This record gives sequence, structure tokens and C-alpha cells, in this order.
Amino acid sequence: MLPVIGIVTALLLIWEGSKLLFGISDQRLPHLGDIVATMFTRTQGGNGPLLLVQMLINAWATLRIAMGGFFIGGLLGFGLALLFMRMPILERGLMPYVIGSQTVPILAIAPMVVVSLGRMGAEPWIAKIFVAAYLTFFPVTIGMLRGLRSASPQSLDLMRSYAASSLQTFWKLRLPASLPYLFASLKIAASASVIGAIVAELPSGSSEGIGVMILNAAQFYNSRPPALYLAILVAGLIGVVFYGLVALAERLIVKR
Amino acid sequence: MDTPIIEFERVSKIYQGGAGPVTALHDVTLRIAAGEFIALIGPSGCGKSTLMRLIGDLEQPSNGTVRIKAKTPDQARRDRDYGIVFQSPVLYDWRTIRKNVELPLEIMGRPKEQRHQRAMELLKLVGLGDFGEAYPHQLSGGMQQRASIARALSFAPSILLMDEPFGALDEITRERLQLELLSIWWEAEPRPTVIFVTHSIPEAVFLADRVVVMSPRPGRVQRVVEVNLARPRAFETREDPQFFALVTEVRECLRATETAG
Ligand SMILES: Nc1ncnc2c1ncn2[C@@H]1O[C@H](COP(=O)(O)OP(=O)(O)OP(=O)(O)O)[C@@H](O)[C@H]1O
Ligand SMILES: [Mg+2]
Repeated sequence: MLPVIGIVTALLLIWEGSKLLFGISDQRLPHLGDIVATMFTRTQGGNGPLLLVQMLINAWATLRIAMGGFFIGGLLGFGLALLFMRMPILERGLMPYVIGSQTVPILAIAPMVVVSLGRMGAEPWIAKIFVAAYLTFFPVTIGMLRGLRSASPQSLDLMRSYAASSLQTFWKLRLPASLPYLFASLKIAASASVIGAIVAELPSGSSEGIGVMILNAAQFYNSRPPALYLAILVAGLIGVVFYGLVALAERLIVKR
Repeated sequence: MDTPIIEFERVSKIYQGGAGPVTALHDVTLRIAAGEFIALIGPSGCGKSTLMRLIGDLEQPSNGTVRIKAKTPDQARRDRDYGIVFQSPVLYDWRTIRKNVELPLEIMGRPKEQRHQRAMELLKLVGLGDFGEAYPHQLSGGMQQRASIARALSFAPSILLMDEPFGALDEITRERLQLELLSIWWEAEPRPTVIFVTHSIPEAVFLADRVVVMSPRPGRVQRVVEVNLARPRAFETREDPQFFALVTEVRECLRATETAG
């Protein structure tokens, strides 16, 4: 706990210190106190819920989408890794496309996906989950493939000497040996899926999500700078929470 | 010699590596009787591990034939005739020590009760009775190697293949484990055949019935030295003048291979 307090204090000092030192105006960098204060202002002209509550409700909407995309993308990545391990020819054939899919900027693809899936009559959340899954499957494919190949030659020799079937070798050696790699990639995937969900909220038409909050706050930035900072902080918080959940799952599952 | 359990008939092994073919073994003929303790010794790269891996069906010969109990090595492996111990313990670090020892039995489909009982019995035998529920990283190198020996013995294989199993241990632990291995082997019923690869001349002489001395590149059997020291061997064996004489003999033999090769 002590290091956390230390870091928070340091950030406070740097934030307020640089405002003082470089004379950054409140318009460009609001006081931390003002950001905290906006949390407790009421929305909808004083009749709605607290801004913080509204932000958290929208954050939850985004986290739900991110988790859906994480789950589907994770399964896809896992499946691809298994396929590539069993058939290296497929790996050589398909890997360039897998890599290519990640090099195309997501900001360019997301609106296309949202619009075309919308035209096909799909619910908006389907397109958002699609984009989140799109960012998730790649790290999982790469990490899992590396993990499935991480068993040492000698540990495989042992399995061979026991005349183990390839299914037994998978369950008792390859899969457990891959778990640390799998979780490393799931942690990357967790934050990537949040980015995917937010980016998919940006094209007009979304009604909820932290992406919508960011857009709104940006629109009214001139009159109320702290709101945008708050929205960005909450967006970061979603990633931290999701990462924490994956790390917790790892602690529970990976024994050693 | 009565019917050999391991039979090499003019066996050669050529690896097709990136830097061209490497002849690891050349024209090796060797017969090993059931229950024998064989030490393989020779300079680094002379093909000791290769010879052991050919027995265990981890490599296939390029020429000649290997027979195990009059079967192919592949058949012998399917019959679970081999227990293997490498230089590093190769324990699965997500399993407890007991679960590691149970692993072969698990794969062979033995019932849980029996597995558990057998694992505890073996852990006691190698002096790890209290460490069944520990994880590998909680044990010293010597303890880990004991666990890996227990794992190899768990399904009572008829042939034990050991590739420098004590190579990474300090001298004191090493001499203790040599004695323990000998007594486990001596008392086992039926007594397994042991192929023990080592770099240490005293270790080879102390343990083996016969020391197979190999020459480097391409690896061949240079000579086989009979060790007629009484069994069971004990700490005092190492102070026996006959022991020194045999150590000298093997050393001379190794030097001859150096100058010849
Ligand atoms: N998989 C392989 N591919 C290509 N060459 C190999 C392979 N395994 C071994 N060799 C070569 O075969 C020769 C014999 O190797 P081997 O491992 O049997 O020697 P060794 O006597 O066990 O050596 P050491 O005492 O260092 O363990 C070496 O020259 C080695 O480079
Ligand atoms: Mg070797």
C-alpha cells in the first residue's frame, strides 16, 4: 500500500508542480481538485445523477463489451494456436494475414465494421464486440502458440518414453506448460479489448459507453475542461480493472 | 553371456545437421545382459547420449539394428521398458513432487490409490518422504534429482537409462547418491539393467559391472573394462587398491583414445 500512496503523491506533485512552474492555464490543464469536484456535479442541468455515477454506468457498459470481445477473441486465438501447432503448414500460410490484420489501423476499420454490420441489421453491440475481439485474438494466438511450444525437448522425451498419447501429452504437458505464456498474452488482450470497445463506440450512433462520454466531454471542452480529464481517467480505470481480473485468475489457476 | 537384453549389431548413427552430416556413432556392436550395470564413458561429443537415446527409441539408427529383449526399441518403449533420468531433473514445475512421481503411472492408467501409495513408497526410498507435497522449486538440486530417479523407478521399468544424472551435483551429494542408487538397484526385484552415462572415471568404476570406453568422432566402442569389485559396494570400496587399479586402467584407456583420435 505504501508504494501506491508514494506514487499517487508523486503524480500529484508533478501535476500541480508543472502547472505552477510552467504557468499552464486551467483551460489546458485543470487543477486536480477541479477534476475531483466535477465528479460530484449533477448531470442534466442539475436533475440527473452525479457525473461520476454516470461515468461509471457507462464504463460498465464498455467493460461488458470488452469482456465479450475478450472472450470471443480469446477463444479464436486459442483455436488458431492449436491449429497452427498441429499444422505448421497452415501457420506459414495464414500467419501473414493474421499479422496483416493487426497492422491495419483499428480507427480505420472500426467505423467500417460498425456501419456495414449495422446495414446488415445487426444490433450495435455485435459490431462493438467484433472490434474488441479483433484486437484480442492476435496476442492470444501468438502467446498461446509460443506457450504450446515451450515444453522442453527432454520433458517431451519423457512423455515419449511413457508411450503417452498425443492427447495425454497435450493435457499433462503442453497445456500446463503454456499457461504462463497464455496469461501474459491475456493481460495484453485485456487492455486491447478495452481499446477496441471504446474505439467502436466512437462512430456516431452509440448511446452508451465511456467512448460516448469522451466524445461528449470533448465537445464541451471549452466550457468545462475537467469533464474530459475525468472521462479519460475512468477509461484508464476500466483497463486497470480488467487487467486486475486477469491477473487474479492467473494467481488462482497457475500453481508453482 | 546368457541371452542379452540389449543388443547392438553394427549400429551407426549419422545426424543430418545444418552444417552437414555428423557421424555420432560408427559401427557399434555391444551386448548387455539383463540386470547388468553398465557405465558409458568417453570424451564430450563421442556419442554417449546418442547411444543411450538409440536404446530408448528417442533416436533411430542410420545403419545396423538395435534389439531390446529381442524386440524393436519402439516395441520396448510401448511396453514401458524404459525409465529415463537426464542430467537435469526435468520435473514439471506445476506439479508437486508426489504428483511428478505419479505422472508415469497416471499416463499408464493406474488407479489413484495405487499411484499415491507407490509414489510415497518411492519417495521414502529416495529419502524424500516428507517432501511429497512440496513443489520442485522448493527443493535443492540433489533432492530434485532424487525425485526424478523416483519417477523413473515408479513403474518398475526393466531398463534404466541415466544420462549424467549426477553431473550437475557437488562431490559430496554425488557420492551419497551413488551409494543410494547402488542399493536401490541391488535390492530391486527384479533387478533392472542400468545404462549410466558419466564423465567421471571413479564414478564409472564405482558403480558399474562393466565400463564401456568410447572414442571420439566418430564414436565407437574403444574397449570394455570388466569391474570385478565385490558387491554390494560400500564407502570403503573407493579406498580399495583394486578400485585404484581399475580407475587407472580406464584413465589410460581414455588417454589412448585421445592420442589415437
Ligand atoms: N540432434 C542432433 N542433431 C545433429 N547433431 C547431433 C544431434 N545430437 C547430437 N549430435 C552430434 O552428435 C555427436 C554426439 O553427440 P552426443 O550428444 O551423443 O555426445 P555425448 O557423448 O553425449 O556428449 P556429452 O558428453 O557432451 O554429452 C556430437 O558431435 C553432436 O554434435
Ligand atoms: Mg551427452
